[in-house]
Amino acid sequence: MDWRVRSRSIPQLPSSMGAAYGGVAAFAGSCETEAVVYASIPVEAAPQGQVDEVVETQRPWITIVWNDPINLMSYVTYVFMTYFHFSREKAEKLMNDVHHEGRAVVSSGTREEMERDVSAMHSYGLWATLQRDD
Amino acid sequence: MTYGFQRTATGRVVLRVDQVERGLLMSVARQVMDLVQPAEASPDQDPLAAQLGWVDGDVGISDDPAVARLLPDAYDDPDDAREFRRFTENDLRQSKMQHAMTVVEEIERSGEKVAVTSTDSWLGLLSDARIAIGTRIQISEDNHEELAGLPDDDPRSGLFHVYDWLTFLQESLVRCMDPALYGFSDDDVPVAEEE
Repeated sequence: MDWRVRSRSIPQLPSSMGAAYGGVAAFAGSCETEAVVYASIPVEAAPQGQVDEVVETQRPWITIVWNDPINLMSYVTYVFMTYFHFSREKAEKLMNDVHHEGRAVVSSGTREEMERDVSAMHSYGLWATLQRDD
Repeated sequence: MTYGFQRTATGRVVLRVDQVERGLLMSVARQVMDLVQPAEASPDQDPLAAQLGWVDGDVGISDDPAVARLLPDAYDDPDDAREFRRFTENDLRQSKMQHAMTVVEEIERSGEKVAVTSTDSWLGLLSDARIAIGTRIQISEDNHEELAGLPDDDPRSGLFHVYDWLTFLQESLVRCMDPALYGFSDDDVPVAEEE
């Protein structure tokens, strides 16, 4: 996660942006540098079967949120509190697990419930997957 | 001059923008829309499937790394991932489009002081924009200094400055959400003058 605390620092846009008013250098076009491979989204990169946070047993599917270098720690905490209605303590603990361990199990339940949670996380911009809890 | 999002004494959220910032935000929102807009349904698709927003045929994760990160696989298993994507990808695209369109509308109907009512749309758009740009410039947890020091003629330099600015904006908006609820100190939340 992007760990920098920047509430006090105000970034200055370079003055050249003024000339390019209305025009951020395009990022929407397909990328030209073949080197830009976003870590290939490898779900298999993490050890399977080792669950950071056992939410409940006997519930067969889990939602995992993965670390990424972009989402803000404050935002991830906010999402966990807003969507899952976790206390701030729990949301921060899970956020820290994502940040330091690379992943955290944020919910468990039926496959349909986890698909809903994963979709919601994707809508917020978090990187999440679901899998059987084994 | 960048102020970031501010809360007024009555709890409204406002964003003060100058012409340059306004243009940048609009450009950023439109580029996000370009990335996530759903493909048009082909005329020979099953009409019910089209109505339900299902993707016609076989879709995999995008070859474009930025789109792949915005619309990631939900499953490790490729078959499960593809099946899930078929039924949900259009909804996800629509939700991201909606965030961007809402932001554009709120900017368009405001002057220098944007009344921010759909905070979740703003947070979603700022997140999507940072993901798209961050992926393009290959940001990692430890290369900020390197990117910040790029010469001006490097194409990543301008994008990094925009990314940095969007980061500041998103952080300031998260802090504008109910500070007691989210545990931030009131001192962290800038208060705007009520008019």
